[in-house]
Amino acid sequence: MVQRRNRPGHAVIVGGNRIPFARANRSYAEASNQDMLTSALNGLVARFGLQGERLGEVAAGAVLKQSKDFNLTREAVLGSALGAQTPAYDVQQACGTSLETTVLVANKIALGQIESGIAGGVDTVSDAPLALNEDLRQVLLRANNARSVGQRLRAFTGLRPGQIKPSVPRNEEPRTGLSMGEHAALTAQEWDVSRVAQDELALASHLHLAEAYERGFFTDLLTPFRGLQGDENLRPDTTLEKLAALKPVFGTSLADPTMTAGNSTPLSDGAATVLLASEEWAARHDLPELARFVDAETAAVDYVHGDRKADGLLMAPVYALPRLLARQKLTLQDFDFYEIHEAFASTVLVTLAAWEDDEFCKTRLGLDMALGPIDRSRLNVVGSSLAVGHPFAATGARIVATLAKLLAEKGSGRGLISVCAAGGQGVVAILEAV
Amino acid sequence: MPDRYQQFVSHGFGRTFAVRTGLPRPAMLRRYRPGDPLLPGPALLRADGSAAPLEQTLKSAGVEVHTTDDDTIRYAAVILDVTAVAQVAQLRELHAGLSGVLRRVLPSGRIVVLSTAAGAGDAPPVAAARQAVVGTVRSLGKELRAGATANLLQLSAPHVSPAALESTLRFLLSGRSAYVDGQVIDLGDGPARAPDDWDRPLAGSVALVTGAARGIGAAIARTLARDGARVVCADLPAAGEGLAAVANDIVGTTLALDIAADDSPERIGTHLRQRFGGVDIVVHNAGITRDKLLANMKPEAWDAVLEVNLNAQLRINDALLGGGVLHPAGRIVCLSSTSGIAGNRGQTNYAASKAGIIGMVRATAPLLATSGGTINAVAPGFIDTDMTRHMPLATREVARRLNSLQQAGLPIDVAEAVAWLASPGAGAVNGQVLRVCGQNLVGA
Repeated sequence: MVQRRNRPGHAVIVGGNRIPFARANRSYAEASNQDMLTSALNGLVARFGLQGERLGEVAAGAVLKQSKDFNLTREAVLGSALGAQTPAYDVQQACGTSLETTVLVANKIALGQIESGIAGGVDTVSDAPLALNEDLRQVLLRANNARSVGQRLRAFTGLRPGQIKPSVPRNEEPRTGLSMGEHAALTAQEWDVSRVAQDELALASHLHLAEAYERGFFTDLLTPFRGLQGDENLRPDTTLEKLAALKPVFGTSLADPTMTAGNSTPLSDGAATVLLASEEWAARHDLPELARFVDAETAAVDYVHGDRKADGLLMAPVYALPRLLARQKLTLQDFDFYEIHEAFASTVLVTLAAWEDDEFCKTRLGLDMALGPIDRSRLNVVGSSLAVGHPFAATGARIVATLAKLLAEKGSGRGLISVCAAGGQGVVAILEAV
Repeated sequence: MPDRYQQFVSHGFGRTFAVRTGLPRPAMLRRYRPGDPLLPGPALLRADGSAAPLEQTLKSAGVEVHTTDDDTIRYAAVILDVTAVAQVAQLRELHAGLSGVLRRVLPSGRIVVLSTAAGAGDAPPVAAARQAVVGTVRSLGKELRAGATANLLQLSAPHVSPAALESTLRFLLSGRSAYVDGQVIDLGDGPARAPDDWDRPLAGSVALVTGAARGIGAAIARTLARDGARVVCADLPAAGEGLAAVANDIVGTTLALDIAADDSPERIGTHLRQRFGGVDIVVHNAGITRDKLLANMKPEAWDAVLEVNLNAQLRINDALLGGGVLHPAGRIVCLSSTSGIAGNRGQTNYAASKAGIIGMVRATAPLLATSGGTINAVAPGFIDTDMTRHMPLATREVARRLNSLQQAGLPIDVAEAVAWLASPGAGAVNGQVLRVCGQNLVGA
């Protein structure tokens, strides 16, 4: 008898779980990446009864990671209620991390290599890795490698008082020395994105998120952690006036700075996970199928040497999408939901502006004409990072689970995810209703 | 965990001091642990010939059974069958059967009396004699010491299934009924089934427990899981972290919702049907208090308590029964309270909801009986929980002693009663209120 082989097929999103996102140095000030990822996993395990299960794999990661966390995801699995036989690995693609891990897990499922898996991400800026001063580190390494007492003592003569200052991770691009906000401000200026448009997008994010909480949308996507029951950054009572009153914080050297703390994401702590599986596995476990994972594409831009307008640091998704649409024979208008990660309000607006720009689409995307506008009422309908917060590596998984639930609620249709990432990278993905 | 006073008076100086001064000395109760023998010592079975099957049942449950008293033996239990009593003169059997042996009952011993329930159709002398048994057993509960309990098992139907009798006896004799004292349990003609494994009577069943994130609800979830059920742990979204911890601990699942929300009955039904193909056991445990003297109570406090504690249960029962989500021979167990039976100062709203539950249980019982199911209430007395931990010390200490066992119960005691009522063997118990109160003086 021939044994039935795993046939290639689609991966489905069974569900998700995240912990509420906290503002830096607030509710999760004492929590480590491992604490948060473990808690998010445990909530997912509890929701779907996966205690002791051996899943195909868990893929997750963190952008800001301490050296002790070299095997962060596997350690989180071992500390969780999942079966200890579940393998795990870490991935890091900046803010694209957990969308990329979703792609990895979904692809293995589609290929029949695994039947189930969890994709996720976590980040803490509160418990950020402080490293030894680079000079001090060199001295210590020399001393450690010394073969004689004399060599060792000589090495220690390199010690200087200034070396006590630790090396702090910074939110800046190593190759340009500019922070992500500064990059975004430059791009926003190039694309003429107005302050009002940015504030309006931020306001919509808060209002949509508040409304979604109100109707209980998140009850099966979220598990409280350390006393926090909802996203700490959410301001349900914010107004355009309040947002308009904020002072610009990025691009302040530019003629007309527009980016404020209100229309930029705050530094945040949090973790998010998504459970993916083959249709057979989900059926066998009597688990729901919220949405199907269709396809994804990752792109990168040369923001270091490229054009200031066309190769902005956070513009890679602009390039990824047409390749994905072409492969799937879809147009930009073929979606019921658009989940565009709000790194900054201006990032979303630049992305949309680029897709609407004939000239840009022809010259840079190689299209015959612009991809065109989207129905803005379908954009980030339950809020996004401006209101939720943005623990870098956790955002992709948050969005995947959110969109999957939106599609399950609607019962039909298709959704697009777009996430920009440091290093000039970006990931786009398509989900569709089951 | 025994309370501090209990620890103090159990050893050394504290014990001597308490004995000399006549202070109450609450015993360490025998509580069930999986694998425990049914009884820690021999049982004396006093019955006429008709109880021969009873002897066999006890023996097959591993109990050393004596049918004639040997005054050198100390017994872990005395089982007295007075089902045949039909005249006042015959009541002397109670005295004859129990008086001489009481001083030789081991700590946490069990007195179980079997009687025939007085019925409306009985002749007055018969009804008088049968009802009289209740008074004796309840008084005996108050006389027993060292954690021993007395309970009455009343047969209220001519044909009670042997499995029902065995299941009830096992519950009352075991450590599962540690805090059940002075109670009367009626056995009707509902269908009961002996489980394949008495240590896992709920194997293969699916249970829903509301308010499962902590306290009594968490203990119920753990106990049902221990007895073999797959447990869906429901609680408010805000309690999600504790809920997930309980679910992961017992290999159950979570369902975050507010049971009082409009769409909750439907959501619960859909969830149970889609994920588990239905449910066998529903435990309505979630409840809130908004205590105030009635003169000072805001209408919102009244409404909130009745909505969550009573109305939500009614609506959920409707959805589960009407929608066929509850399987045939299903079990519903509702948490009532001694406050609902006796009333409690400052709890006009809470007592209303808990008394209302008793009314609901009685009225729903015939409906469940048609499919071999049951619905019952469990009324806890003073139980050590987060809620009672915040009471003023003196009030709490006094409240703890106002029962025959002179101590507060633990969440597990309530959970054991719930788990028993949820088991297949408890099918003959329907529409009743089982108090888990150590025979509390309040509302007895």
